[in-house]
Amino acid sequence: MKIPVMRMREKLIVRVVARFLIPFILLFGLYVQFHGDFGPGGGFQAGVIFAAGFVLYGLVFGLSDLQRVVPWMIVEVGVALGLILYGGVGVFSLFLGGNFLDYKVLDGHDAMHGLHLGILLVELGVGLAVSASMLAIFYAFAGRRGA
Amino acid sequence: MVPIEFLLLAFLAITALVIARLEYLFAAAMLTGIFSLLSAGLFTLMDAVDVAFTEAAVGAGVSTVLMLGTLSLTTREEKQSPTRVLPFFIVLVTGGALFFGTLDMPLYGDPSAIIHHYLVPEYIAGTESEFGLPNIVTAILASYRGFDTLGETAVIVTAALGVMALLASGKSRKGADEE
Repeated sequence: MKIPVMRMREKLIVRVVARFLIPFILLFGLYVQFHGDFGPGGGFQAGVIFAAGFVLYGLVFGLSDLQRVVPWMIVEVGVALGLILYGGVGVFSLFLGGNFLDYKVLDGHDAMHGLHLGILLVELGVGLAVSASMLAIFYAFAGRRGA
Repeated sequence: MVPIEFLLLAFLAITALVIARLEYLFAAAMLTGIFSLLSAGLFTLMDAVDVAFTEAAVGAGVSTVLMLGTLSLTTREEKQSPTRVLPFFIVLVTGGALFFGTLDMPLYGDPSAIIHHYLVPEYIAGTESEFGLPNIVTAILASYRGFDTLGETAVIVTAALGVMALLASGKSRKGADEE
């Protein structure tokens, strides 16, 4: 992926437009993530949109710049942490006396509140796992040098 | 006036044909992105906004980038190969069988279709009364089918782990050694 990146560096319009767009893409990703209970979207979509923002940054400004923003370490941890967060909510509800992934027990006073909290956490886990996985795959592809 | 669905579907078919005919792989990769964008438009028209979101972000965005990345590592020109009749025949028969299969399916949006009568009415009623959420898709995804979604997340994580194990560059291996 070295050659297109080198060419991209010289494109002023691409750089300016990307710099302008990336904050909005990330903000939209967060909106889709946290508004998923009420509007269309959820963890899967938000994770991909969020990752796409970073992928755009990597395409325009180069992989090394992107890896300074999001190091490999964070991506690797994020992949695992997302899945652990999802499974952890299930195990946690077991400890609170409910079934696996029974969100109602998460809040002892208000079952509805527990439900919403559980869905929020689970969607957050999905979003984290998906966005980190997308970035990990992008890193793995883009990090290879042409033979 | 032609409904916009038919227009999009026609563009979809034309794009697919052009992708199959093209030998310049860079253009073919870009056209697969356009193919995904057109599908996302169709999904939106069918009120499947969540699917359209995913298709636009994954199909038109990330996977096109990955395909371009692969091209920069390999070659941009497809190898010339003589036109063969047998593969074309097999594709034709398979496509015909799939088309024949759709004849048995309920019509799009048919309210008397079986899938609209088994479990779905409970989900639609329950999303409002049990969850107090307006988005039925989220309620099904995160709660009614919570186990499925956990499995799907595990599949995505496994895919990422597989790609990392196969393709990861020296940097990541160094990072793994440090841990």
